[in-house]
Amino acid sequence: MLNCNIIEVANLRKAYKSVSAIDDISFQVQDGEIFGLLGPNGAGKTTTVECLQGLRHRDSGTIRVLGLDPQADASSLKKQIGSQLQESALPDRIKVWEALDLFASHSIGAVDWSTLIEQWGLKEKRDAAFGVLSGGQRQRLLIALALVNNPKVVFLDEMTTGLDPAARRVTWDLIRAIRDRGTTVILVTHFMDEAENLCDRIGIMNNGKLAALDTPQNLINIHANLIKVIFSTERTDIDWLKSVPHVHNLSRHGQRIEVEGDGPVLALVASELVKHGIVPVDLRKEQPSLEDVFLKITGRSVVE
Amino acid sequence: MKSLLKLTWVELKLFFREPLTLVFSFALPVVFLLVMGGVFGNKPDTSSMHIYRGVGAVNYYNPAYIALVLASIGIVAMPVHLTSYRERRVLKRFHASSFSVWDVIGSQILVSFFIAILGSILLTVVSMFVYHSEAPKMWVYLIPAFILGTLCFTALGVMLGAILPNTRAAQGIGLMLFFVMMILGGAGPPPEVMGTVMRDVGKATPIWYVIRLLQDPWLGFGWNVITSLIVGGITVVATAITVKFFKWD
Repeated sequence: MLNCNIIEVANLRKAYKSVSAIDDISFQVQDGEIFGLLGPNGAGKTTTVECLQGLRHRDSGTIRVLGLDPQADASSLKKQIGSQLQESALPDRIKVWEALDLFASHSIGAVDWSTLIEQWGLKEKRDAAFGVLSGGQRQRLLIALALVNNPKVVFLDEMTTGLDPAARRVTWDLIRAIRDRGTTVILVTHFMDEAENLCDRIGIMNNGKLAALDTPQNLINIHANLIKVIFSTERTDIDWLKSVPHVHNLSRHGQRIEVEGDGPVLALVASELVKHGIVPVDLRKEQPSLEDVFLKITGRSVVE
Repeated sequence: MKSLLKLTWVELKLFFREPLTLVFSFALPVVFLLVMGGVFGNKPDTSSMHIYRGVGAVNYYNPAYIALVLASIGIVAMPVHLTSYRERRVLKRFHASSFSVWDVIGSQILVSFFIAILGSILLTVVSMFVYHSEAPKMWVYLIPAFILGTLCFTALGVMLGAILPNTRAAQGIGLMLFFVMMILGGAGPPPEVMGTVMRDVGKATPIWYVIRLLQDPWLGFGWNVITSLIVGGITVVATAITVKFFKWD
C-alpha cells in the first residue's frame, strides 16, 4: 500500500528537566499538505517541530519524517528538509547572496537561488549585509534559505513575524505556490487568519497536548457551531426572542443585541423582528471563526 | 567537504569585515614590533643577564609576535565570534541545515591558519625590512611548531566559545586574557627582567610556551620537547572540554 504520510508522529513526549513540554501527541501529515500547528505561547509547538527537524531529542515515542528517524538519520534528513527557525539570525556582515550560496551547498544537485532572490523580493538587496536589512527583509531571506535546497518538507516557525500586512499576503501566496510544486509545508503560527487562510489542516496545541486536529472548517463546525445574529434597537422588551426556534442565547450590550443560534437562525430572527415591528438597518450575521474555536479549546485569547 | 570549504570561504570574508579583529591580528603585533625594535634595537645582549635569550630584541620579538597573532585569533576573535553565533542562533540555523560540528570547527581552524600565515608573513617582512632581523634558522622544526601553536590557540578559542555564556563575557574575558598574555607571557618586557611573581604568572599562560616553541627553531636552538608536550597537552585538554560542553543553542 502506498504510504502518503510524509510525517508520522506517535506518542511523542518531551520534558525539560521535570516540566513536560510535549505530552503524548500523535498525528500524521500527508504529502502536499499545508499543516498548521496553532497554540498559545509555551504550548509546545516549537518543541514539536524541533523534534521533527532533528534539532531536539525526544524522550519517548516514534517520529518518521520522509520515512527517516530525525534522531538516527539526522544528517540525511536535514538535507531533504528546509527550516526557518523562530528568532534565528545570520552574521551581521554576511551578504544576502552569500547566505543563499552558503546554505545551497548542502543541496543535492544544482539550485538556482537567483530565482528565490527575485521571488522573495530581495533582488535589490542581493549585495546588502544581513545587518542592514529591515525586519521584513531578514524574515524573507530566512524563508528563502529554508527553500534553497528544494526541500520535500519545509518547516516554517512564525514565518510572518515582522512582516507588514501586505508582505504577509504575498508570503501566503508564495507558500501556496511552494505547496503546488509538491512541497509539504509545516507551519507554526499564532496568527488565526494565517492558519485559517493557508492551512489544509490545523492542529491546536495546548499545554503540550494536541487538543484538536482537523480542517479549519471542520474545527469551526465542531467546536464553534453557533452563528451570531447582531442588530441594534432601542427597544428593551425583546426577551421573546429567546423562544424563537434555533436561538440559544441572547445578550445585550447597550443598544447592540447579540443572538447566538444555529442553522436557519438568521431568517427566523429576522421574520420575528419584523412581526414585532422592529426593522433594524444593521441586521447581520457573524460566522464563527477559528478564533472562537481557539478560545473555546485553550480558554484564552491568542493575543497575550 | 563542499560545505566545509564554502563555510570557510564565507568565514574568511567575515573575518576581514570585522575591523576589531583585524586591528588585533594584523596591526597590533606589527606596531608592537616596531616600538620594541625602535627601543631595544637588534644587538644581542652581551651582559651576564642574557636578556632576550642572548639574541637581538627584534630577532626575539619576531617569533614572539607571531605567537601574539595566534593568541589574538584564538583568544580575542574566535570566542566572541562563536558566542555571538550561539546567542543569535546562527549555530542552530547551521545545525538545522546539516552543517556538522566539524564543518563549523573545521572552518574556524582553516581560517585561523590562513590569518596566522598572513599575519606572520606581514610581521616578518616588516621586521626584516625595517630592522634587518634574521630569517628563521630551522624551517624543519619551525613549520611543525607553527602548526602546533596555531592548533593550540584555535582549540583554546573554540573552547572559550563553547564554555562562555555570552558575547559580553567573551569580550571581557578574551581581552583580559590577551593582555595578561601579551604583557607577562614573553611578548612584552623581556622575561629576564621580570620579577619572580610576574614570571610565574607568565608561565601559567599558554603563550609563554607557544613563544618558546616558535623561538627555539627560529633562533636555531632546536626543538624543545617539553614545551611541545605542554602545548600539545593544552590543545588536547581544550579539545576535550569543547567536546564535552559544545552546544548548538
